[in-house]
Amino acid sequence: MRYLPLTSEDRSGMLAKIGVDQIDALFADIPSNKLLKHLPKLPLHKGELEVERLMGRMSARSVAASSVPFFVGAGAYKHHIPATVDHLIQRSEFLTSYTPYQPEIAQGTLQYLFEFQTQVAALTGMDVANASMYDGSTGCGEAVLMAHRITKRNKAILSGGLHPHYADVVQTLSDMAQAECVTLPPDVVASEDILSQIDNTVSCVVVQTPDFFGNLRDLRAIADKCHANGALLIAVFTEVMSLGLITPPGEMGADIVVGEGQSIGNALNFGGPYVGLFATKSQYVRQMPGRLCGETVDADGTRGFVLTLSTREQHIRRDKATSNICTNSGLCTLAFTIHMSLLGQAGLKRVAEINHANAVKLVDQLSAIKGVSVLNQSFFNEFAVRLPGDAAHIVEQLASRHVMAGVPVSRLLPHAGLDDVVLVANTEVNSDEDRQAFVDALKEVLSC
Amino acid sequence: MGDTKYTKDHEYIRMDGDVAIVGISDYAQSQLGDVVFVELPKLGKTLAKGDEAAVVESVKAASEVYAPVSGEVAEINSALEAQPGAINEDPEGSGWFMKVKLSDPSELAGLMSEADYKAYLASIH
Amino acid sequence: MLNRQGRPTTPGVAAQSEHPTFTGNKALSQIEPLIFETGRLETTGVDYEAPRPFTSRLGGLERQSEIGLPGLSEPEAMRHYVRLSQKNYGIDTGLFPLGSCTMKHNPRLNEKIARMPGFSDVHPLQPVSTIQGALEVMHTLSHWLMELTGMDAVALSPKAGAHGELCGMMAIKAAIAAKGESATRNVVLVPDSAHGTNPATAALIHFIVKPVPVREDGTVDPAVVASLAGPDTAAIMLTNPNTCGLFEKDVVAIADAIHAAGGYFYADGANFNAIVGKARPGDLGVDAMHINLHKTFSTPHGGGGPGAGPVVLSELLAPFAPVPFVRHTEVGFELVESEADAANHGAHAFGRMTAFHGQMGMYVRALSYMLSHGADGLRQASEDAVLNANYVRACLADLMSLPFGNRPCMHEVLFDDAWLKDTGVTTLDFAKAMIDEGYHPMTVYFPLVVHGAMLIEPTESESRASLDLFIATLRDLAMSVKRGETERFTGAPYHAPVRRMDETRAARNPILKYTPPQAALEAAE
Repeated sequence: MRYLPLTSEDRSGMLAKIGVDQIDALFADIPSNKLLKHLPKLPLHKGELEVERLMGRMSARSVAASSVPFFVGAGAYKHHIPATVDHLIQRSEFLTSYTPYQPEIAQGTLQYLFEFQTQVAALTGMDVANASMYDGSTGCGEAVLMAHRITKRNKAILSGGLHPHYADVVQTLSDMAQAECVTLPPDVVASEDILSQIDNTVSCVVVQTPDFFGNLRDLRAIADKCHANGALLIAVFTEVMSLGLITPPGEMGADIVVGEGQSIGNALNFGGPYVGLFATKSQYVRQMPGRLCGETVDADGTRGFVLTLSTREQHIRRDKATSNICTNSGLCTLAFTIHMSLLGQAGLKRVAEINHANAVKLVDQLSAIKGVSVLNQSFFNEFAVRLPGDAAHIVEQLASRHVMAGVPVSRLLPHAGLDDVVLVANTEVNSDEDRQAFVDALKEVLSC
Repeated sequence: MGDTKYTKDHEYIRMDGDVAIVGISDYAQSQLGDVVFVELPKLGKTLAKGDEAAVVESVKAASEVYAPVSGEVAEINSALEAQPGAINEDPEGSGWFMKVKLSDPSELAGLMSEADYKAYLASIH
Repeated sequence: MLNRQGRPTTPGVAAQSEHPTFTGNKALSQIEPLIFETGRLETTGVDYEAPRPFTSRLGGLERQSEIGLPGLSEPEAMRHYVRLSQKNYGIDTGLFPLGSCTMKHNPRLNEKIARMPGFSDVHPLQPVSTIQGALEVMHTLSHWLMELTGMDAVALSPKAGAHGELCGMMAIKAAIAAKGESATRNVVLVPDSAHGTNPATAALIHFIVKPVPVREDGTVDPAVVASLAGPDTAAIMLTNPNTCGLFEKDVVAIADAIHAAGGYFYADGANFNAIVGKARPGDLGVDAMHINLHKTFSTPHGGGGPGAGPVVLSELLAPFAPVPFVRHTEVGFELVESEADAANHGAHAFGRMTAFHGQMGMYVRALSYMLSHGADGLRQASEDAVLNANYVRACLADLMSLPFGNRPCMHEVLFDDAWLKDTGVTTLDFAKAMIDEGYHPMTVYFPLVVHGAMLIEPTESESRASLDLFIATLRDLAMSVKRGETERFTGAPYHAPVRRMDETRAARNPILKYTPPQAALEAAE
C-alpha cells in the first residue's frame, strides 16, 4: 500500500520491541466479541490509475460551469481566479500545516490570517474581523447568537430578503437554543416594513444586501431604529465582490457584518468548502466567535503574530465558550487573501464594475423579451426575473440546451408563490456571446 | 485591618472597616499565569455566597471568581481593567477585585485561616 | 578560449561567532513585511479592461469611501506568499506528532481529483440533472462511512468536527422532543477528558453539562455513569478511543447504562482513525458519531481548515437527520433539500446545518483516500497507527512518565510532566526545544485530566527509521533535562524563524489588524 511505509519486517520487529507477539494484543481493550474478524464489505485497495479513472468517471457525470454559458448564483458565484492562487495554496507548508498553535513555526499561517483580518475589516468597513468562519450561513447563525449574548435578549428578526438557507440555519439554531426567530415573508422587491418589527425586546435584525433577490438595501434607517431600541443590526452578504462597488455595511451602521467570501479566491466546489467572513465593532470583540490572530513580539523584540483572546474559545472555556467552533476555513482564507492581495482595491473595484456592467447589459436584453420582466430597481450582479411560466421547468429546458440560466426561486422557497421567478447572476466570466446564447435559448424555449 | 481568610477556590477575603476586600490568592495567580483580562461585577450587585462574581483570564486559562461571602458589591477595582498584571504582581494588595458589604458576617467563620489555607495547599500537592 | 580563471572550492576561514546580516535575513530565512507595507493602492495584479460607459443601477448606494487595500503585482504576490510558506511547518516538512489531530500524509492524488471540473466547477444549485456525478460522490461516501461504522444513516453536511457534534446533538434533541421529553431530559454527561468542543456544543443548544470524573486508569467507569444517569439524562458524549489514547474498555456497559436511563450515546469520533476496520461504533451501542474527514480520512488540515464532520446515526436517530440528503432512485440520484420534502420521504428532519450541501471538496478527497486504501488498507492504516504509537511508548517509557502506567495505548501515547518535576523545565519548554530539533511539538496541556500533558500521535505515515530518529531525539532531550541543561529548553526555540512569542502582550493589548503608521499615531493621540 503506497501510503504505508512500514514493511512486514518492521512490524514484527516493532511488536517484539513493544513486547507483544501480534498486533491484536494492542487492541485488547476492545471487547473480544466486538473486534471485527473480517474485513468490512468494501472493495480492496487500488492504485492511483484506477482511483483516478473511477473518480474521473463520476466527475464526467456532472456538467461543469465553465463548459456552458453559466448564470447560476444565489449565494455561490462563478468568478475568475488567478492561476497564482491555486498554485500557492497547494504549497506543502500551507496545505499540510495545522492550526497555528505553535506560533514559532507557523508565522506563515499567522501572518496571512492577520492580513486576512485586515482585508475583511477594510472591505466591510468594520473595526475588527476574525480569522474566518465555516461559511456565510453558519457565520450568520453565530452572529445571531453573539447578538443574544451582547443584548441579553433572544429574539431575532430576519428580513425576507435573507438567503433562505441562511434563514433556515438561523431558525434551526434558534429552535435548538430556545431562542425566538421571526422570519419575514419573502421580499422580492425589497419593500418589506422591517422597521415596525423593531422594539426593545428585539436582540437583532438580520438584513442582507445585496439581498437574496439581488436588491441593494440602504441599512441606515434600520441601524438607527435598532440602536434606539438597544438592538443590533447584523448585515449579511453572499456576494463579497459587491463590496468593491457599494457602500459597505459598516458605513451604514451595522454592528456585526457576516458574509460569504467564496467569490474571492474560491471555486464553486458544489457548495463547499467556502469561507465565512465575520466582522464587528471593537467593543464586541470579546463576544466574537472563532479564532483571532494578533500582533506581538518575540523574545528578541521581533514583530510576529499569535492566536489571541483564546479564552473565548471552547478549548479553554468549554461549556462557557462563545461558540463550539474549533476549525476555521484556513486554506480558503489563504485563497481569499492571495486573490485579494492580487486585486487590491483597484482590481476589486474594476472587477466589480465589470460584474455590474455585465448584469446591466443582461437586464436590458432580458427585459426586451416579451413576457419577461426584471423585478429589481437596483442590483449588483444578480437580479430576479419573472418568466411567463414555471421557472424550474424553463431552467431545465434551458439546461438541456446547454445554458445554465439561474436558480428558480421555488427551489429554495417551494411554497412562496414565486414559481415563475428565477434568479440570474452575471459575473466577469460571462461574455457577450454567453448572454446572447442565453437570450436566444430563452426565446426559443418560450416560443415552444 | 482584619485577618485574611481563604476559600477552597483560592479567593481571599479581608475585612477593611465595614466592607470586605476580595481577590484571588497568590497561589491562584501563579496557577493562572500572566493575567490579561478581568471581568468585574457591576457596582451594587447583590451576591450570594458561592455566586460567580468575576472572571479572570490569562492567555491559556480562564477562571471564575466566586463570592466567598454574601453581600453587596460596594466598590470594584477598575484599575485592573487597564492593569490586569497587578493581580500577578500584588494579588493581595493592588490586585484586589472588589469590596463587598457583608449581609451575613457569620459566613466568615466558615472560611480558612491563613495557616489552614497553607495546610490545604500542601494537601492538594 | 578556455576559462583559465579558477575559483576557491574549499571553505574559507570562518569565525565561530554570530554573523549579523545587513538585511536581517538569514539566507533562506527571509523577513517578510505585511502586504500593506509593500503594496500600493493603485497597483493590481490582475488585468481587466474597463467596461464601456454605462448607467449604474446601484440605487444610490455607490461606495463613497476608499477601501484602503493595496494590491501587489503577480511576482510580488508570488514571492510574498512563498516566503510566508517557508515560515510554516507542515506534515511534508517532518514528523508532526500532534496528538488528537492526526497529522497523517495527505496524498496529492486527492488534490488532483478534487480539482476535476465535475467536482470543483459545479454549482450547488445547478439543475439536479446536471450534477449526478457530484451526488454519486456523496452517495458513495455515505455508503463507505456507514459500512465502516456499522451505522444506519449519514448526515454529510456538517462543516467540521464541532459542527458535526452540534448536528448529532441536535438530532438527539429532536428525538427527545419527538418523545415529548424536552422539558425533563436536558442533562448531558461529559467526561473530564473530553475535547472542549463537547461541553461547548452541549451548552450551545441549552443542555446542562454534567462532568463525569475519569477513574485512575484514564477511562470512564460505567458504574459512575449509571449513578449519574437518570430520567433527566439526554445523552453522554464519549470520545472513544479517548483523549488519553485509551480505548474505553467498558464502552458497551456505558452504552447500556445510558440507554437504560433513556438517554442517547453520542460518540466523539475524532479518534476513529485508531479502529477503522477493527471495530464498528454501531456494534458498541453508539447512536451518533461525527467523523473528522480531515483526521481519519486525511483531507488536508490547511493551517486550520477547512474540515468536514459528517455524522453517522443509528436507526433511532436516522429520521431526524438534517437536510439536505441524497436519495438513489431508479432514475438516478436526487437531492432532498427541504424539511417538507424530507417529510414526503417519511423523515422528520430537524432543520438545516449550513447553506447548500456541505464540504464537497472534502468529500471527494476522503472518498479518493478510501478507494485508494480499500477495506484492507484502511485496517492496515489503523493497525500501523497503533503500532507506531506503542513503539514510541515502549522506547520512551523508561525516561518519561506515563500517567496510566506502561500499558498498550491506541493511536497516541500520553505522557505527563511528573518526570519534569523540579527540573526547571516545563512541558512547554520541552515542546519548544523539539522545534529546534526540527520537529513539530506534540499536543501539550491536553487532555486536562493529566498534569502537563504531552500527547504524541505519530500516525501510520511514519517509517520505522523516522520513528527511530524521533525517539532518539526525545531521548537526547530527556537526558539533557536530567543533566540540568535547562537553557536548552527555557530559551527555546533558538533556531525557528522567530523566538518564543509574547502571548501575554498580544492578549493584554490586542492588535488585530494592520493600521498605517500615521493612522496609528492619530488614534493614539
